[in-house]
Amino acid sequence: MTRIEGHPIVRKERGTPFNFTFAGKTVSAYPGETIASALFAAGVRVFGHHPKDGSPQGLFCANGQCSQCMVLADGFAVKACMTPAAPRLCVEPLDGLPRLPRIDRAPETTEPERKDVSVLILGGGPAGLSAAIELGSRGVDVLVVDDKDRLGGKLVLQTHRFFGSIDAVHAGTRGIDIASRLEGRVRDLPSVDVWLDSTAVAVFSDGLVGVLRGAAYALVRPRVLLVATGAREKSLVFKGNTLPGVYGAGAFQTLVNRDLVRASERLFIVGGGNVGLIAGYHALQAGIHVVGLVEALPECGGYKVHKDKLARMGVPIYTSHTILSANGTEGVESVTVAAIDKGFRPVPGTERSYACDTVLIAVGLDPVDEFRKAAAEFGLPMYAAGDAEEIAEASAAIFAGKIKGLEIARALGATADEVPAAWSRMGEILKSKPGAAVERTALDRYLSGVAGAVYPVFHCSQEIPCNPCTSVCPQKLIAIDETDLRRLPEFRGADAGKACIGCERCVTICPGLAITLVDERGGSDPVVTVPFEFPGDRFSAGDRVVVLDDIGTPLGEVSVLEVKALAKNDRTVLVKVRAPRAIAARIAGIRVQEPWISEPLPEAVEPLGDDAIVCRCERVTAGEIRARIREGYRDMNEIKIVTRAGMGACGGKTCTALIQRLFREEAVPLTDVTENVRRPLFVEVPLGVLAGALDEAASRRASAPARGKGAK
Amino acid sequence: MPRSVYDVIVLGAGSVGVPAGWAMAESGLSVLVLDPFASSGQGSNKAAIGGIRATHSDPAKIRLGLRSLEIARTWKDTYGDDIEWTTGGYSFVAYSPREETILKDLLVIQKRYGLDIEWYGRDGLLEIVPPLRPDGLMGGTFSPGDGHCSPLLFGHALYERAKGAGVDFHFGEAAAGIEVRDGRVRGVTTSKGRYGTRVVVNAAGPWAADVGRLVGLVHPVRPDSHEGGITEPVAPFFGPMVVDIAPAPGSANYYFYQLATGQVVFCITPSPSLWGFDRRETSAFLPMVAGRMVRLMPTLANLRVRRTWRGLYPMTPDGSPIVGWAREIDGYLMAIGLCGQGFMLGPGLGELLARAVQGETTPEDEEILELLSPYRVFKGQEALK
Repeated sequence: MTRIEGHPIVRKERGTPFNFTFAGKTVSAYPGETIASALFAAGVRVFGHHPKDGSPQGLFCANGQCSQCMVLADGFAVKACMTPAAPRLCVEPLDGLPRLPRIDRAPETTEPERKDVSVLILGGGPAGLSAAIELGSRGVDVLVVDDKDRLGGKLVLQTHRFFGSIDAVHAGTRGIDIASRLEGRVRDLPSVDVWLDSTAVAVFSDGLVGVLRGAAYALVRPRVLLVATGAREKSLVFKGNTLPGVYGAGAFQTLVNRDLVRASERLFIVGGGNVGLIAGYHALQAGIHVVGLVEALPECGGYKVHKDKLARMGVPIYTSHTILSANGTEGVESVTVAAIDKGFRPVPGTERSYACDTVLIAVGLDPVDEFRKAAAEFGLPMYAAGDAEEIAEASAAIFAGKIKGLEIARALGATADEVPAAWSRMGEILKSKPGAAVERTALDRYLSGVAGAVYPVFHCSQEIPCNPCTSVCPQKLIAIDETDLRRLPEFRGADAGKACIGCERCVTICPGLAITLVDERGGSDPVVTVPFEFPGDRFSAGDRVVVLDDIGTPLGEVSVLEVKALAKNDRTVLVKVRAPRAIAARIAGIRVQEPWISEPLPEAVEPLGDDAIVCRCERVTAGEIRARIREGYRDMNEIKIVTRAGMGACGGKTCTALIQRLFREEAVPLTDVTENVRRPLFVEVPLGVLAGALDEAASRRASAPARGKGAK
Repeated sequence: MPRSVYDVIVLGAGSVGVPAGWAMAESGLSVLVLDPFASSGQGSNKAAIGGIRATHSDPAKIRLGLRSLEIARTWKDTYGDDIEWTTGGYSFVAYSPREETILKDLLVIQKRYGLDIEWYGRDGLLEIVPPLRPDGLMGGTFSPGDGHCSPLLFGHALYERAKGAGVDFHFGEAAAGIEVRDGRVRGVTTSKGRYGTRVVVNAAGPWAADVGRLVGLVHPVRPDSHEGGITEPVAPFFGPMVVDIAPAPGSANYYFYQLATGQVVFCITPSPSLWGFDRRETSAFLPMVAGRMVRLMPTLANLRVRRTWRGLYPMTPDGSPIVGWAREIDGYLMAIGLCGQGFMLGPGLGELLARAVQGETTPEDEEILELLSPYRVFKGQEALK
């Protein structure tokens, strides 16, 4: 594991490296880098061992939420994922319980900072920023609170071009660049205040919201609360599920796309939704081998263009398969998967193991809903937008935030404008699930109808809300049914009396990399232009490459004519190949990963021990929970009392859904189950910070210290 | 067919009802415990922080406390379950002459009852609780025989024992009516049915007055909220429950200790009292308690608070429990108004209640019942409630 150099999309000025130590060994870091990322770059994945059972602990959420990555920094226990490395910092693994550094002198204590604001927006991601723009542009005073050191939320991890509508949600632009645009607009609004490195930790019944701001505690009293806290990843119960190297796609994207750390050499993905599919693509871009992907359902739930894109790069996708175990002692060494039957039971004899160092769990998202639930319980004026309200694409979150922003502005009397019906419709369309894949007959038409010409071929065959291709064609020859941007694009070609001029703009902008250009004008074999988001120097003219059809079936080996890496194409490289006429229009991609990478181990690996963990914080196994359910326990609070599941640092953020799942597996309907009570704080806060005792020691202990503007 | 007649029906599966039901079943009675929550201890029992002491200032509570302490301390040896009991002691600290005077005055009474408690000067106390702020410390008491255990594990262990002894527990089922005929309890009705019995025990904690209304009695019990919290676990760094009775703006006293598993649990007594059933968290608690704690024990500054909650103290006019038979209605037994000490007095009280139902009270029990009588004149306040 090292840092990623020459990433095709992300450019980063790293600054001057410095050294710190981990367990006595020198580790190098760059300014702004977290301890966790620097350790990963140095190949360290075990950050300590759990006090209960000595199990290895490491990075899990990479988001400041779970406390699995605690290390000792100069003697203070800190979250490695949120704490920046610093020159000469002495970092030690946290083995067992940390020792609290002794202080004899009483600190000066102060009252928390208090702030009144019309609208408090929790989360500066796509939904929160869009709402802030609507509110701020109408002069409403807004405070945006975000726990990271820059705005954008998960947009800053998204290196791919976005789907959706160009006009409504910047479709065709990369997520990272949408983040910058939204941030720029928010920063221009004088009535919008932004607190970075600030974590909302509780909503109280007296209407105040507790915020850990850098190393200080603040209480904010909003007239309206907008919860735009996004989502957290679901987890899964399998043997070895807490080994270092098993984590969610969000953590992976943070390491790879934010910090440019090659967090893995060989990655295996569990879950074929958009999150897993996109993470696989991001891994390939980072030079990481993607050994395979399993999806429990017979078809991937994500966009077909994402799935096809991954398949075209050479990644095998096993549907109706599940993970049985992650295997290893101090980290993942292999994964064992199996086919499953209609009842989702593994089919004996189908077990296969693959060598890998990382297993990405991407089995869906749950709203971060604790703030919403608390505000609702206390009857506070509250709105929710984005994933915190309903899990959907980031493009949908951008638009949902805009709608909620206007609704709040209206509720506060800042405008008389109502939400236009067209907005509501667009909001619904952007949230819609992909349609069924359709047969495309157009392909044949292209082959017969425009022979001898140049023409685009659309390899998207599933209705999703997306339209960038229609807006870039200078000849206006690409159209989508105007009443619904989910319809498939059509090339009007000869019907319109105008011809494609081969400008390649549609090829470049398609977020799914699903448009190619076939040029038959030369008379000999056609030239096919294929979009490619890998370093432009990967191929050069004359190289032989394997081309594949839209779903990844190899079509043959062809020669590269030209590689075009133009600045105006925003990091999308165009590769021109000459291919026989029989396959030219079917070519949709160029293989980047060799088949040997995906070969299974000679024999399936049996996992060590029975350690499928449900509560990561307290190391409670699925077996312990199942036993209680079978004894008749129906109150999750009682399960918590006897097993400690949910009592840990994260407060049941991961295990609550897993316990509910075990109930279902044990044929207990959730209507018979009493849900566990969730109490604040939602993120731990040092007593010294709550007391306003801003000495140096307390500052260090705060979850998100001295990295950005909130530095003390 | 489910059973519909019991010797005793206990209302409330909490700090008092569970050990009472257990002791009664052990004495040969058939017992039903009704509770509106989904499982045991979900009212105020689980909000307890886990301290158990005998060092009260009132002889009734001292005796109940001593017995409860003994049950908790010997639990693992007797029954095998680990309730994380630690004989860490209690230390009441003094940083001003006011507290020193109060504590030393109390010490006289406590010693009269033979309690193991001593006054220590500054240096002596610092040896017992090293992380206390040395600056300004005048001294304090230490009672080494007191201790603490996991309130959740102890509460649940008692429940398991009660079930094992044959107690029937019906959860999600509250008493809607208590049948009284010819001046005697005859049964209890709920949303799910009717159960015949000649003895009803009111062990409904903060909801005791509501149960009293079912038989037309007014119980002087009303709840106020105390707020508690727990931190992340760290390596052990102090042993006793530390209690600071110095008043400060917003609070009368607060106390905290480190669990066997490493977390520090803390609780504050708001002043003025927060009367009522509202258990929703407010923003005032954490900054207030955190300020007091880090001034008293500066090392705590770097300890992260994990969770916070409120629990209800069923208060009586004089700060002492109300225990005894109703004179107006035969078979109606009150075990109410524990004033936030149900967890630490419940196990001893449960045994006394069983003897009361069996008509086997000892002279010592009678003294306790006299002191805690529902018909006493309520005056004054117990000093260390």
